[in-house]
Amino acid sequence: MADCRSSVEFSPGIPIITDDIPILSTVEFIEKCLSLAALSYLPLVYCGSRERLILCIMGSRDGKDTAVFSTPFPEGHSYASLTPLAPVFHIFERELWEEWQIVSTGHPWLKPLRYSDPDRHAIKDYPFFSSASPELHEVAVGPVHAGVIEPGHFRFICDGETVHHLEIQLGYQHRGVMELFLEGDICARMQLAEQIAGDSVIGHGMAYVRLIEALSGITVTDPVHRVRAIALELERIAMHLADLSALAGDIAYLSGLNFFAALRTNVINLCLQFCGSRYGKGWLCPGGINFGIDAEHNSYAVNVLRKVRCQVMYCGDAMFNNGGVDSRFDSTGIVKKADALSLGFRGMVARSCGISRDARAAYPFCPYQDFEPICLESGDVYDRAYLRYQEVLASLEMILNWLSTLPEVAPQCISPTQLLPNRTAYSIVEGWRGEIVHALRTDADGRPVFYRIYDPSFHNWTALALSVRGNGVSDFPVCNKSFNLSYCGHDL
Amino acid sequence: MIINVLLMLLMPFVFIGIVNKTKAVWAGRKGAPVWQPFSTFFKLLRKSEVQSRSTGFIFSIAPSIAVAAIFCAGLFVPFGYYRAILSFQGDFILFAYLLALAKAVMVLSAMDTASSFEGMGASRELSFTVFLEPAMFLVVASLSYLGGLQSLSQLVAFHTISIYDEWSVIIAILTALALFIMLLVEGARVPFDDPNTHLELTMVHEVMVLDNSGINLAFIHYAAALKMLIYASLISYFLIPWGQSVLLVTTLYLGIVVGLAILTGLVECALARFRMNRNLEFVAVPLSVAILVLAALVAKHYGGI
Repeated sequence: MADCRSSVEFSPGIPIITDDIPILSTVEFIEKCLSLAALSYLPLVYCGSRERLILCIMGSRDGKDTAVFSTPFPEGHSYASLTPLAPVFHIFERELWEEWQIVSTGHPWLKPLRYSDPDRHAIKDYPFFSSASPELHEVAVGPVHAGVIEPGHFRFICDGETVHHLEIQLGYQHRGVMELFLEGDICARMQLAEQIAGDSVIGHGMAYVRLIEALSGITVTDPVHRVRAIALELERIAMHLADLSALAGDIAYLSGLNFFAALRTNVINLCLQFCGSRYGKGWLCPGGINFGIDAEHNSYAVNVLRKVRCQVMYCGDAMFNNGGVDSRFDSTGIVKKADALSLGFRGMVARSCGISRDARAAYPFCPYQDFEPICLESGDVYDRAYLRYQEVLASLEMILNWLSTLPEVAPQCISPTQLLPNRTAYSIVEGWRGEIVHALRTDADGRPVFYRIYDPSFHNWTALALSVRGNGVSDFPVCNKSFNLSYCGHDL
Repeated sequence: MIINVLLMLLMPFVFIGIVNKTKAVWAGRKGAPVWQPFSTFFKLLRKSEVQSRSTGFIFSIAPSIAVAAIFCAGLFVPFGYYRAILSFQGDFILFAYLLALAKAVMVLSAMDTASSFEGMGASRELSFTVFLEPAMFLVVASLSYLGGLQSLSQLVAFHTISIYDEWSVIIAILTALALFIMLLVEGARVPFDDPNTHLELTMVHEVMVLDNSGINLAFIHYAAALKMLIYASLISYFLIPWGQSVLLVTTLYLGIVVGLAILTGLVECALARFRMNRNLEFVAVPLSVAILVLAALVAKHYGGI
């Protein structure tokens, strides 16, 4: 591709020497971003760093090609925004503005993203979109919610029972995770990685360990890869079942609420059997796994998962054939495919509206060579729920297949001590929500310069805001649950 | 009479308790004991109250007015025997407006809190009433078409089911059906509302009482339960044949009320909630059933088809 000549090839898990990354002028940089976005490349990383460079990593949707390039901070700390021409950058530019005060002029909605610097942005002065029409009324929900969920503020502009506009304001969970990674030994930050988002322990944990392994030159064996894949799929099954249960609960369909929740307990208890934590904490470690799978565990797991599969099919069948459930899910909260493409929605949300992108297929590792993503068309709550059901069945099938040929795997861990100096690397893992991207750059001593984390929620919150337009305000909870986005994964 | 008052005081809690027990058993759980609503009620009575600064006096008196109005309405309904405590000719109009008064003060109190949620809930609740009140009047007026303008308990007695008269069976069952749907709507049950949800945006009845606490919340719980029991009692009297002994009537009555509670629970287990904008289509069902009742009564009057 002629356009891409000024960049180097770069794939996840293979670090490159930072000096090899081409440094473009601001104009070239913008042109390059726009031309790649026009070829529907997805920005994976787009961030400023303390070397006063903006780094951009963009990958093609099929994962075959990745471009990496950077530019010095623009003069006067402002440049012509990419967002009007390539909306996929909108959230990155807000982040860049908040972290480095680099103004993207012409950005339609330049607002603080997560209040990472309380001195500069007071959360109480948030510039909400508002309407002066006497016909419309505003409903404010949160940040303290009636249920036990994370804090986030939702501002609806409604016409009676119909939502015209929803604005989501987050940042209440900001803990400075990306800064915490820079303190102390980067190789011993497993616990922190597992706590980026409590519902994606394996997903974020795996993105971290793969990144550290890439930068310390450790390769792990295939059985270890397979145990990790089993952990990742177990997490997917458990979270999808939890979401199906919660979705049923939101529409007061008691059978779904109770039975899916019970099934989820079986799955997380299996996780407990494997590694002593129901959420998989401490299972993985940089350079290997802390808990293997022996023959006894293997046969136990096969038994449990077979039972779970049988019951999931039974419950799923009952739920998706129930007229009342269909009438609530069908055509509610539609994400348009055009929006999903132009705004770069990730993971399940994209797959439910006809975009076949899955990091397990685009960036496969050992057990995933033949993986085929499941993809649905209509992008409504029904499809997001049905996709979960189908992914649970597919993941169960995969785990059962892997377990049938898995040898006894003992815990094994080659602890990395030193990272390669002057390298940049990134890793992509398909967590249950979508692709999780972590990126790390090391300095001349092998110490981290920056550690970037992108949870799929970072991109997908916009999808929720768009999908509820024109829907009943009372359908918001079920819409919200069908995305089940992470607050802390976004706020970091 | 004492039995009547005792039933009015105790049965509403048991009714709710049985509904919840049914749901728990369906879910494979043990569930809270049937008398749990009692304990909750007394717990709330002992608690102090928190009042939002934005509320006025309506907020503090509304629950008391509502509970008093519904209790008075209950006096016109027979509980456990054919006769109600109070009755006079045309008392059903007072009965209907006592229920309406209770609803009106609760709606006002919801608006009084100046919360956007409660305003939404109030508007939803009133939109249900628009269809339910005509249905209630149509049912009662149809019954008086044959029975003459009488008291509520006499009207009910006049039209109880009789196995020797096929029209009375039709009328009783249709009326019971209309009243059962009213029970579900007024009692804020699935599929119209979800009493268990914590999601403010989807609530109808629950969201109107979000700001209430302590004694007032206890009153509201009791009033809501009593309202369901009133509908359940009305239904039961259409299904109990005339001229039985006191003991048998009371036993049948209790049986039918327990049966209705279990039925309510089962409806909640089997059905998902309706979408809010489709609720009204279903709330209009009692109105059409009421028209069927009228048609059946006219047919009966002219000696069948």
